[in-house]
Amino acid sequence: MVAMITFDNVYKRYPDGYEALTNLVFKIHAGEMVFITGHSGAGKSTLLKLIAAIEKPTSGSITVSDQIVNKLKTSMIPFLRRSLGIIFQDQKILYDRTVFANVMLPLQVHGFEKRVMERRVRAALDKVGLLNKEKAYPITLSGGEKQRLCIARAVVHRPLILIADEPTANLDVAYAQNIMEVFQSFHQVGVTVLIATHDQTILNDSTARILSLNQGKLVV
Amino acid sequence: MRVWISQHWQALGLTAKQFFFKPISNFLSVAVIGIAFSFPLGIYTILENLQSFSDYFVHSPQISLFLKINATETDIENINSRLETFDGITSFQFISNEIALAQLQHESGVGDIALHLKKNPLPHAFIMHTQHMPPDKLEESRVTLQQWPEVAYVQVDSDWVRKMHALIKLGRIAVIMLSSLLGVALVIVMFNTIRLQILTKQDEIEVSKLIGATDRFIRRPFLYFGALQGMTGALIAWIIIAFGIQMINDNLTELSQLYELNLHLVPVSLYQILLLSVIAALLGWLGARLSVAEHLSRIEPK
Repeated sequence: MVAMITFDNVYKRYPDGYEALTNLVFKIHAGEMVFITGHSGAGKSTLLKLIAAIEKPTSGSITVSDQIVNKLKTSMIPFLRRSLGIIFQDQKILYDRTVFANVMLPLQVHGFEKRVMERRVRAALDKVGLLNKEKAYPITLSGGEKQRLCIARAVVHRPLILIADEPTANLDVAYAQNIMEVFQSFHQVGVTVLIATHDQTILNDSTARILSLNQGKLVV
Repeated sequence: MRVWISQHWQALGLTAKQFFFKPISNFLSVAVIGIAFSFPLGIYTILENLQSFSDYFVHSPQISLFLKINATETDIENINSRLETFDGITSFQFISNEIALAQLQHESGVGDIALHLKKNPLPHAFIMHTQHMPPDKLEESRVTLQQWPEVAYVQVDSDWVRKMHALIKLGRIAVIMLSSLLGVALVIVMFNTIRLQILTKQDEIEVSKLIGATDRFIRRPFLYFGALQGMTGALIAWIIIAFGIQMINDNLTELSQLYELNLHLVPVSLYQILLLSVIAALLGWLGARLSVAEHLSRIEPK
């Protein structure tokens, strides 16, 4: 199987001496769905940030779809990020524009034609069940709808890898299940899915591989 | 290529939207630029007009030659024949003291006084038009004529024109200095405007970076904004000056009719408007570019 994400002896140490990740070694295959779990502060978010080159590892090497992330030139980082779809823990929704405009943003960054963009945005909104809210402003959405908006924005440009940081936090069980079904459907069409969560019910429901972190180390 | 054009088009659309999203505050900052630039543009326009007005005199300078008060018919004939062969003179006209007195009585308000004069106090005169010649050549002719024994006084009418030219030259330097200073001011104003804009769009910039926007992509709308504001400022400056010229011309017509002259200010030319707009757009762009370079890199996703 082809490795989509490879971590090789990855360390992340902050200037104050705190070691967030210690000697991580793992592979995630193309099309695989993987959970990353652990207590808060175990290093889940840091791991995801390393993949998206939001932070740099102190040592070791990270490969994402054949690009060595820790050696990427700054000018190339945007292109790495375009192969990812990220659902952020703090959502990062832009409240000054409609649902539609929020989802369109990644396509504008890529530079699609207007017609193509509109078609794709509607398709993404349809997939997460928000098509009837396209003209709404995010402030009017419920918690679950906001999360689905984030998913639509993360998948609209058809990324190779979907990354979600605590996607079910603050959602009640029914909503959480619904969100997980959406992820499952992307996994089924061949997208590599990486979800950081400490939600035990989700982990119990799934048959996907689990990477467990404890104080920055992988627990085998 | 199509993608590139469409991205620029989108950025421009975004900029225009931004521009009209806060019409009042944007209009105010553009108006400040416009008013500031109307000063050098106005001075420049007036200088241009003075220049073309004085050029008219420079191109055919007039020399007045006044004879001594006791000059005789023979003296007049002598001068007449000498002037016919004098170098550089295109035409000349003799004005006797009687004609001059009659004109004085007829034209100016002092006619009554002139009527009561016992003796004609005016000298005979020659008025001549010369070819266009450099000022020192003109001065040479003046000195030669002055040395003729029958001549009391020689006056070169374009003397004041030369003085005015020197003044215009000074004025030009002032305009250049003023425009340079205001140009720098425009860059600074734009630097600050864009800084504030970047601050209010911090979230958008951060999200854009996270989903793979290049620096170019993020920069583009700000640069367009700077250029657009600079250009609009230049157009406002032009509108102010166009109005000013219109108002002056309305009053100038009346004045010039009194002096039997056709005086009117020539408006700023299309070429000059275009040039000013382009320069202002470039300066606005520069201010935005500096600001973006300074402030954009500080917004890094966490």
